[in-house]
Amino acid sequence: MEQSFEPKIIGFLCNWCSYAGADLAGVSRLQYPPNIRIIRVMCSGRVDPSFVLKALKEGADGVLIAGCHPGDCHYESGNYKAMRRYLYLKKLLKEFGVEDERVRLEWISAAEGARFAQVVTEFTETIRRLGPSKFKEKAASVGKGA
Amino acid sequence: MAEKLKIASYWAADCGGCDVAILDTHEKFLDIVQAADIVFMPIAVDIKEKDVEAFPDGYIDVCFFHGAIRNSENEHMAKLLRRKSKVLVAFGSCAMMGGVPGLANFKDREGILSRVYFESPSTDNPDKVLPQTETQVREGVLTLPAFYEEVKTLADVVDVDYFMPGCPPASHQIVNVFQAIVAGNLPPKGSIVGASTKSVCEECSRIKENKTIKRFYRVHEIIPDPERCLLEQGIPCMGPATRGGCGAACPVANQPCRGCYGPLDGVIDHGAKYISALASVIDANNPEEAAKIFDQIADPAGMLYWFGLPASLLRRVRK
Repeated sequence: MEQSFEPKIIGFLCNWCSYAGADLAGVSRLQYPPNIRIIRVMCSGRVDPSFVLKALKEGADGVLIAGCHPGDCHYESGNYKAMRRYLYLKKLLKEFGVEDERVRLEWISAAEGARFAQVVTEFTETIRRLGPSKFKEKAASVGKGA
Repeated sequence: MAEKLKIASYWAADCGGCDVAILDTHEKFLDIVQAADIVFMPIAVDIKEKDVEAFPDGYIDVCFFHGAIRNSENEHMAKLLRRKSKVLVAFGSCAMMGGVPGLANFKDREGILSRVYFESPSTDNPDKVLPQTETQVREGVLTLPAFYEEVKTLADVVDVDYFMPGCPPASHQIVNVFQAIVAGNLPPKGSIVGASTKSVCEECSRIKENKTIKRFYRVHEIIPDPERCLLEQGIPCMGPATRGGCGAACPVANQPCRGCYGPLDGVIDHGAKYISALASVIDANNPEEAAKIFDQIADPAGMLYWFGLPASLLRRVRK
């Protein structure tokens, strides 16, 4: 079982920098693991912490949030908000007995295709080492509650 | 005269404050009993479980069920009252979202039993005796309810018609809901009743100035300005992420909102939503400084899920 484990990673990439960085990695034909599923968001500040928890619950083994470098946010402060949320979210995950390395925040500019490929490669390795997430639940129970 | 409504109120895993809140409708309670017969309510009338079992199915018009589902007895009573009731209301934070008892989901069953029966300083249990669901004695078999691995909400075990938040629900809301029931003016099944669709902040009269903060305070560390927003004074108040309807009772009394009315419509995780609010109010653009400010929050996860851990996305700790 452990042998055949392929991590599922959800990547929330901001439209202005990191998504363009991923695009550059693609057009530059850089190799990186195919484990990441990318969701394009307008800003890393759009990534509500509940998106991350929902991804983990619905089967992701890791979540990457990537946005513009500090100072470069298209909306001025969205990436700072993302950074602060991410700090609290990591604390929360630890208290729930989930390895906080499963969630990673990176700043990747539109010019950094190579950096995007490197981050995805590293992160996939990290998650591979951690193994499958304990958070996954059957789809039927997702979203149930008040 | 038209036949009186038959209502019931029962508590599972909770403190009993919901029953007291019903009695706290004061003289309005007389209106309630004028329009309705209380056919089951352990705090007020002496009717036993076997009497409820003898009711025909659907005999109770409305049952206010409060308390979370912590053990097999809670679940048994939830199923019994579901069968006997036309309308089942998850009454209060515990029934609706797990409530304060739901904080037990930060531990597992084994950890809780071990703490209570072996480790707590006042426990003397050299033979390591644990409660058993069945014990054979000379006279026969004695039984106890089975303690569950995790705390569940009422809707996790039975079909629920309405959800009424609050720890406890505000008295004026109880009267409103009761009047709606008497008038037969109930919203569609699955609705949240006795609450607002706007946040606590909308009802809070404190002045909000979009100020950011450099540190958090616990309530005993600061005497807050009575006019200004508590969150903007560094007191983590869950008002921005919490459903209103209580009249902002806590902030008005100089205490931060703890989130007992649960999340607003469309929010899938109350605590996660509140992280966004907290992150917006902090005045720090470098991670080290922001982390230091967050470190001042004493119980980061407990604060977010004070009233609703079993209804959250995370639900419980993982081993």
